[in-house]
Parts: sequence; structure tokens; C-alpha cells
Amino acid sequence: MTDDAPNELFDLEIRLLLEAVYLRYHHDFRDYALSSMRRRMRHAMARFGCERLSDLQHRLLHEPGLFAQALQYFTVQVSDMFRDPLYFQALREHAVPVLRTYPSIKLWIAGCSTGEEVWSLAILLAEEGLLERSLIYATDINPESLRIAEAGAFALDRVAQFSRNYLAAGGRASLSDYYTSGYGGVVFDRRLKRQIVFADHSLATDQVFSEVHLVSCRNVLIYFNRELQDRAVGLFRDALVHRGFLGLGSKESLQLGPHATEFEPCVPEQRLYRKVAA
Amino acid sequence: MDLRREIDAVVMGASAGGVHALQAVLSSLSADFAPPVLVVLHLPSGRPSRLPELFAPHCARPVCEAYDKQPLEPGTVVFAPPDYHLLVEDRGHLALSVDEPVLYSRPAVDFLFDSAAAAFTHRLLAILLTGASADGSEGIAAVRRAGGVAWVQDPSDAASELMPSSALALAGADEVLTLNKICERLAAY
Repeated sequence: MTDDAPNELFDLEIRLLLEAVYLRYHHDFRDYALSSMRRRMRHAMARFGCERLSDLQHRLLHEPGLFAQALQYFTVQVSDMFRDPLYFQALREHAVPVLRTYPSIKLWIAGCSTGEEVWSLAILLAEEGLLERSLIYATDINPESLRIAEAGAFALDRVAQFSRNYLAAGGRASLSDYYTSGYGGVVFDRRLKRQIVFADHSLATDQVFSEVHLVSCRNVLIYFNRELQDRAVGLFRDALVHRGFLGLGSKESLQLGPHATEFEPCVPEQRLYRKVAA
Repeated sequence: MDLRREIDAVVMGASAGGVHALQAVLSSLSADFAPPVLVVLHLPSGRPSRLPELFAPHCARPVCEAYDKQPLEPGTVVFAPPDYHLLVEDRGHLALSVDEPVLYSRPAVDFLFDSAAAAFTHRLLAILLTGASADGSEGIAAVRRAGGVAWVQDPSDAASELMPSSALALAGADEVLTLNKICERLAAY
């Protein structure tokens, strides 16, 4: 045995487990970034009391109920409303004037997790007078995350940060105009939800489902390896109208991939791009 | 230890007092220092860090802030960006994540050290400096388990002793060194 054998064995167990999950449940994590997956698999082992990852694999195969719980460990559900306020300001200043020229607007939040960005975008569109003619597709692979996203309810202790972000993002009113509070939480206005469709969609295995004017997919691609990143960006290109907008996370970049020439920077420091003719 | 022959990458972690300590450490790197140097310095969340601008004047090697899947370049000093964890994806690439903070900190030293240990195993040098947080202890433990080399700043020499003393209590170190000694050893590369 060499020094690095335990690491290699663990990586092998991860590959086997992800293959098993794919074959059994058709959730494809095989092209997720390994460095993050290692940590999350160790957390899952601790949570489910498994000494070895192979033990967890065995249980996942035989206990579908456990897989539903374990899904929380395969993906990350961390976000804030109006996270990176300057990104939302860039949407207001650069994307909204173009979106306004369309009679109906379709937007896709890919990997929406628990919905913080979905509700943020709905508020932004409402303030710009565009929500009534917009349709927001909010997609994720995790049904539990989608359920939370759709409920639009968030813990009270997070709202102060949300409000600060909202104002820094150029909010026109007060965030409290959009929610009612009670029971230690806030619930966002149902009227914002009329134009939102929450749906199960995988960037790893599914295809394009609609033509859209804007795709926002932030801090999702960082969990993918380069091949899967390229697949996802290819879907965004195919979904977007000519000159459509693509927003990525602040440390994500198109410059490494094969789709680099299919987009041009619109607001480079906020990772807002526009599709150009190939 | 012969750095030149035995080490393929260097990771560093620091918190309170870390700007001063890292300025000293990074300025000790010579222009021919070949391994990539990856650094987590705990940062206030929600604003740009300006770390490259802060450290570049003190460092003979190029200094930058990480972006996702960035290729690892020899001799480059790469800082974790604010609000992201910095990880080593494999021996040639970095990765970022927005997983939960560790002990209120994102970036966290543990994420960097742990992932670098998995990628570089015994060919990694980890240096843990001053800080008022126990982040980094698990990371030092992971580096040592994988056969890598751990240098921990002598707590009595550190501006803030909690970070190095926690790591020593949990995982020990291959060497406990003053800041000056760490700089001397790196400068001898």
C-alpha cells in the first residue's frame, strides 16, 4: 500500500456510488466536480452512520426513501436573495431595456435550488413593470428544493441580509412590501408567483424545453466538471434567442470552454453575456 | 526536506494577523519558486478583496484571485475569492464552491487543505499561520493523513495563536516554526 491508496480507494468508491445512483434513480452526478463531491459524500456517510462509502451505496440502492434524503448531500442549497447585488443592478440596467422590447418575455433560472434568486428576479421584473408579460422557468433536479422554492417562505433571520442586498441591487421600494411575516418566517406575495413555473430539469440529462430571452445560472456550473459545464452552456445557447442574455456566477467564466465564441461579454465584471451569431 | 525535489504544490491558510504574515511569507518566494501557491485568507464577506493588488508588490511571483476550473500554473500565487471556498479539483485545476461556511468562514482553510491533500498527497506542503479561528485544523489533519508535509507557525510567535494551536492540538505538525524560519526555509528554495 502506498500513502495515497486510501484517497484512490475513496475516489473509486465515489465513482461506483454515482454510477449506482444513475442506474437506479436516473440522477446523473457522474460529471460533477470531484473535489466538492468528496466532502459531501463524507458528510453523507456521517449523517447516515456509514463507515464506508460502499455501505452508503448499498443502502441507497435498497432504500429509495434514503435516496430522497441523501439527495440533499449531492447538491448544494446555499443562496441569498439578490446575492451579488451588482449582478441584479446589471440586469436592470442592461437586460431590462432589451427585454422590454419583447411582447412576452421568457426567463430561465437553471439550478434554482430553494428559490432565492427566482423570487428576486420576480420582484425586479415587477418593479420594472414587466412581470405581467413574463414567464419565469425555475428548474432544479431536487424535488425538495423545488418545493421550498415554490413555497416562497424563508426564515426571519435571513431577511435582514435579503433586505440589504435588495437595496444594494437598486430596489425601488422596501423588500417588506413583498412579503408578510409570521411564525418566525416570511412568505412572499402569491401574486409574484403567478408568472413562475417550477419544474424538474437536469442540466446533465435533459434537453432544451423552451426558447428564452434570458438564462440565469449562477454558482451551479462550479459544481460540474468541464465536460458537463460545456453541455450546460450548450443548452443555454440552444435555448436563447438571438442576442439573448446569459448570467453566470461571479467567478464562473465562459473563456475556457468551446462555447466562448458564441457569447460576448455584456457586463464582464458581473458575468452577464449575450449570445452572438455563431 | 528538499522543497525543490519533494513538493509539487504549497497551500497556506491564515486569518487574523494574516495580511502581515502572508506579506512576509510571499515576499520570501524567489522568482524561480516553481510550485503553485494557493492561499486562503479569511475575508469579510460581500465585497471585492483586492488581495492581488495588496500582495503583488511584495511578491516576485504573479498573484491572482481564483476563478472556477482555473488551470494551476507553476509559481503562481492564487488567493481564494471572498464568499467562495477554494478547492484543488485535480493536480492541474482549481475549483470553487459556495458550500456552507466553516466556522463562519467562506473561504475556509479546511476546504483548500483537504482537497489539496487528496490531489497532491505526499507531494504537498501545507503552511498554517496566525488566526483567531480553529479553521485549518481538520485540513492539517487531512494533509498529514495523506502523507503531506505540515508546517504550523509557532503559536507564541503568531499574532493570533488560536489557529496554529488548535491545529497542533488536533493533528500536530511536521515542524513548528516561527514566521522568520518559515520565510527562511521558503527563500532557500
